[in-house]
Amino acid sequence: MSRLRFRPRRDIVCREAVELVTDYLEDSLSQAQRRRFEAHLAHCPDCPEYLAQMRAMVALAGRVTHDDLTPRMEEEFISLYRRWRDDEARDPL
Amino acid sequence: MPEDPDSELVSRVRAGDEGAFAELAGKYQGAMLSIARGYVPSGAVAEEVVQEAWIGVLRGIGRFERRSSFRTWLFRILVNRAISAGVRERRSVPVDDMGPVVDASCFDAGGTWQVPPEPWADQVDDQVIAAKISARILAAIDELPLRQREVVTLRDVQGMSSGEVCAVLDISNANQRVLLHRGRSKLRQVIGSEFGRGR
Repeated sequence: MSRLRFRPRRDIVCREAVELVTDYLEDSLSQAQRRRFEAHLAHCPDCPEYLAQMRAMVALAGRVTHDDLTPRMEEEFISLYRRWRDDEARDPL
Repeated sequence: MPEDPDSELVSRVRAGDEGAFAELAGKYQGAMLSIARGYVPSGAVAEEVVQEAWIGVLRGIGRFERRSSFRTWLFRILVNRAISAGVRERRSVPVDDMGPVVDASCFDAGGTWQVPPEPWADQVDDQVIAAKISARILAAIDELPLRQREVVTLRDVQGMSSGEVCAVLDISNANQRVLLHRGRSKLRQVIGSEFGRGR
């Protein structure tokens, strides 16, 4: 155990950091990994922008809206609902 | 479990409110179509699959016990219908897509950026840009491999929790994170190319 603990750990590099971003945002890194990731970010001139872009991307995706139902589609859903309701009334479970 | 955001709509649908059903349909139809399209060969078949899923929802909603959120239940029904209709094996692993998420040429031999990402993250608060980019994001999501598309659609567009997504897709949390990572990384690149050179 102690040998593992005292094994010298080199710092992570940018190429590794970009692969850890999602686990970092998902809070899935171990404490040690998290410390190393944050230590890298603290002195890297470029990785903070990469992380910010991933965060911004998630925020943008959350604001994306699919097309609204067209009036015709809405009518179809209402008629689907009515057919179901009538069926239920005729043949309740 | 956090409160189901669709709880009230579900109650209204059960009580006979057709408007509430149309509202649910409007809320989820786009994401359902996007996911269904990944399983079946054509948009027309995808529409049929989604329609069948809605019929399944109506048939089952009286027995829906709210042990999961409505949307988890809804997307599980959808995925099951899509699998029955689909030509693709759902569990197939996209082995063609396991390389690094950032092109190796962007880093020097030591792994440090030599072609760093061009800054744009602080521009996305601009509502005009965000609106313009919305359609581009949806198109980019549709180009992702099936599993990544599903995870990104459910997590980031629909705002589901990781637990909900794992329940819908019947995958482990670790697997979910890998798919999310790969999908998000590609979308970052697409959005970047809208702002700058997309590195």
